[in-house]
Amino acid sequence: MVSELKSYIESLLSKGVRADLRKLDEYRKPINVEYGISAKSAEGSAKITMGDTVIVAGVKFGVDKPYPDNPDEGSIVVNVELLPLSSPDFESGPPDVDAIELARVVDRAVRESKAIDFKKLCIKEGEKCWMIFIDIYTINEAGNLFDAANLAALAALQDARYPKYDEKTGVVAYDERTSKPIELLKIPISCTILKIGNNLIVDPDLEEEKAMDARLTVATADDDTICAMQKGGEVPLTTEEVKKIVDIAFKKRPELLKYLKK
Amino acid sequence: MITYTKRFDSRKFDETRPMEAKVGVIKRADGSAMFKIGKTVAIAAVYGPKALHPTYMRNPEKGILRCNYNMMAFSGTGERIRPGPGRRSREISLVTEKALASVLDLSEFPNTVIDVFIELIQTDSGTRCAGITAAIMALADAGLIMKDMIASVSVGVVGGKVLADLNKEEEDFENGAVDIPIAITHKDNKITLLQLDGLIKKEQLYEALELAKGSCAKIHELQRKALMEKFTQNGI
Repeated sequence: MVSELKSYIESLLSKGVRADLRKLDEYRKPINVEYGISAKSAEGSAKITMGDTVIVAGVKFGVDKPYPDNPDEGSIVVNVELLPLSSPDFESGPPDVDAIELARVVDRAVRESKAIDFKKLCIKEGEKCWMIFIDIYTINEAGNLFDAANLAALAALQDARYPKYDEKTGVVAYDERTSKPIELLKIPISCTILKIGNNLIVDPDLEEEKAMDARLTVATADDDTICAMQKGGEVPLTTEEVKKIVDIAFKKRPELLKYLKK
Repeated sequence: MITYTKRFDSRKFDETRPMEAKVGVIKRADGSAMFKIGKTVAIAAVYGPKALHPTYMRNPEKGILRCNYNMMAFSGTGERIRPGPGRRSREISLVTEKALASVLDLSEFPNTVIDVFIELIQTDSGTRCAGITAAIMALADAGLIMKDMIASVSVGVVGGKVLADLNKEEEDFENGAVDIPIAITHKDNKITLLQLDGLIKKEQLYEALELAKGSCAKIHELQRKALMEKFTQNGI
C-alpha cells in the first residue's frame, strides 16, 4: 500500500507537481493565525490553521525556583499533546516519542534563537523566576505538525501578557493581567522539508509524510542565521541536499513570518 | 444571608449565557462539534464504531462507549493544569459516558468501541455540561443511531435564588452555591446526568429541575440548528 502510494507521489513530484496541485516549495492555503482563542483562561493563546492541519497553543505563567546552574534565569517549558481527538492514528496516554520530539524541536527553536532573554524572567536571583509554559495541542492532524506547532507557539507567546505578581506574598494573581508582553527578541521560524525520492518539498500533507524518505526541519532566527535543525527519516541526505534545504528554509522565512503579527 | 437580587452579569434568573454551536469542526473525526456557553468552549470528536482492542474487552452483546474529558493545560482559572487524567477528569469522563450511553443503541454495534474525546479550550464553569452538549452533537454528526438527543446545563441556587447556568463568579459565591449539572433528553425529558453539590431544600431542587428543562430545550434548538446547517451544506 505505502510503496504504491510512494511510487505514485514520486512520479508526480518528478513532473514537478503534487496531488493537490501545489508547487514543490508551496505551503498549503489558507494559513491562518487566530489570537486569543483562550483569552479568559490562558495568558496567551492562538490557533493555527495550515491547510487542514489545526493546532492550538496556550501560554501559562508560573513562578518557580531557578535551576541551580542558572540562578539568575527563568525558563520555558514546551509540551505537545498529539490528541486522539485530532486523528484516528493517535492514542490516549502520556506523550509518545513523536510528541516529545515535536515539543523538543519547538522548544529548541525558541530557546536557541534567544528569542526570550531568560535573565529577564528572573524575579529574585536564586529564589524566584518566571516559568513560561507553552502547551500545544493538535485539533486536526493533516501533516506538517512541526511548522504549524512552531507558528502556534510563537503566536501564543506574542499574545501573552504577564499576570500580576505580588513579590511580598509570592502570589500570582491570574485574574489580574498586566499589559506587559513577553519581549521577543527574535522570531524563530521553522521550515520542514521532506525528501521523497530525489525531490524536496515543503509543507507535506499526510500522504506525502507516509511516502517520506528523509525530513529536515530548519529553524531560522533571522534572515541569515539558523537556530535549530532536526533530521528525521531513515534515508541519509547529501551535503548538497542539506544546502538546498537550508536555502529553501531561508526563502520561505519571510512568507511564514507575515502570518504572524508584527 | 444576602439575597441575590441581580445576577453578576445581569442575566435573568432563567437565562443561560450566550451560546454558540457548530458541527463538523474536526475533519479527520467521524463526527465532531463545538459548543460555547459564555466563555466555556468545548470541542468533541467521535471515532467509531471500530474494532475494540484488546479483544478480551469486546462485548458480543453490544458496543462500548468510551469517553475522555480533558481540560487543556492552559484552560483553567489560575495555574497551569498538569496534563494527564486526574481524579476529577476521570469522574467526569465516567458520568459523561453514562449520560450519553443512555440514548445510544449500543446493541447495534457488538464487539466495537465508540471513542468520544472532549477537550476544553477555555473554561468558566459548566465544563462537563458543555462537553456533553458538544459530544452528543458529535455523535449525531457521526451518523450514529440515537433514541433521542441530549442537552446539558448546570442549574443551581445562589443567595437563595434558583438559577440557570451558573458562571464562575456565581459558583464561587461567598455564602455558598449549589451546583447541579443536569443532562436531559429532548423528547421525553428524562434525566441522564444528575450531580449536586451544596445544601438545598427539596422544593428548590424541584424548581431547579424544572428550570433545567427550559434551558435544555433552548440548547436543543441550537443543537438542531447546528446539525441542520452541516447537513444542508453537504446537500443532504
